Amino acid sequence: MAEFALPKHSKIVKGIDYPFIGETKNSRKVNVYRWSPDDDQNPRIDSYTIDLDECGPMVLDALIKIKQEIDSSLTFRRSCREGICGSCSMNIDGTNTLACLKSIEDVKGDINIYPLPHMDVVKDLVPDLTKAYAQLTSVKPWLQTDTKPEQGKSRKQSPKEREKIDGLWECVLCFSCTTSCPSYWWNGDKYLGPAVLLQAYRWIADSRDENTNERLDDLEDTFKLYRCHTIMNCTKTCPKGLNPAKAIGEIKKLQLERK
Amino acid sequence: MNNSINDNLIKVEDLKTLKTHGVGHWKLQRISAIAMVPLVVWFTSSLMLILIGGYEQSIEWLQSPFNATGLILLFGTLYFHAALGLQVVIEDYVHHEGLKIVSLILIKLIAFVLGVLSILCVLKIYL
Repeated sequence: MAEFALPKHSKIVKGIDYPFIGETKNSRKVNVYRWSPDDDQNPRIDSYTIDLDECGPMVLDALIKIKQEIDSSLTFRRSCREGICGSCSMNIDGTNTLACLKSIEDVKGDINIYPLPHMDVVKDLVPDLTKAYAQLTSVKPWLQTDTKPEQGKSRKQSPKEREKIDGLWECVLCFSCTTSCPSYWWNGDKYLGPAVLLQAYRWIADSRDENTNERLDDLEDTFKLYRCHTIMNCTKTCPKGLNPAKAIGEIKKLQLERK
Repeated sequence: MNNSINDNLIKVEDLKTLKTHGVGHWKLQRISAIAMVPLVVWFTSSLMLILIGGYEQSIEWLQSPFNATGLILLFGTLYFHAALGLQVVIEDYVHHEGLKIVSLILIKLIAFVLGVLSILCVLKIYL
């Protein structure tokens, strides 16, 4: 059956409390999920109290501050710090988002930070995305053509055709949407999930791609595509403001039109 | 955990051989849902007339060919739609392969039997 409760060794316990030392008028508690593969301990929540006057505005700034000043063992992915690389996706204040785009100001009370839900954890806030990457690879997210472009010329696309991939190309593949989707939680081994389906549609909608039919053939499957029950968590959570649910709807529409 | 991306890719690609087409199911579920909208509106409004009229009037109501046809269509669509919907629920949540196949067959069988039974009841009164 579907997993509704956590396995015994995944039950989260209370961890270490790092109080703020010194004086501050603007302190905030950050509760962070911690788990290491190197010992047999259950995951725990460590609490760090930090001075917001000495911290950047984003949740990622707080995490970097904690790692630099309080606990260097805290592990998380980050790179560009401006919402382009998609590395720092995690569950903040109950919602999957990018730590670098989530303002501390927008979080009321303690800042609770967990890794992306329902994925294996590599360490602390780092989820294992190997399966999701394999699923992405399976939809061949690159331009496929049979014809050759004119010698030395690029493939032409009218502004209207180009418009069709707006709201699709911006995806940074952080997998916030995929890991917020209950259908993906229950059937992630077979359902491709919103991020990968949005990528698939990005190439289906691209006027330059010549493999549309094969792409649609591959997706016409009870599990790969039709596990989407329009729950809409994906669209609600997307830190880039994209609409994966709509992209999935467009794929379903195309499947219907060509049958 | 931590299988290589290639191992995972093999698993994902393997699904191609298990291909189950989904567009037909999706379409039928929506068509049956739309078909039920007028049928349910008609039936619930008729139900009020029946409830006021009592037993005699209910029998009389069912003996009209228009009403009997409507009721047969409603029962057919209803059980068909229910079977499609429950199939999705089972596919979502039952992950034990054997149990899944058994429940899928059972659901379809039960819906079919109930459908036939309901239609026969309508016919019995009508005829």
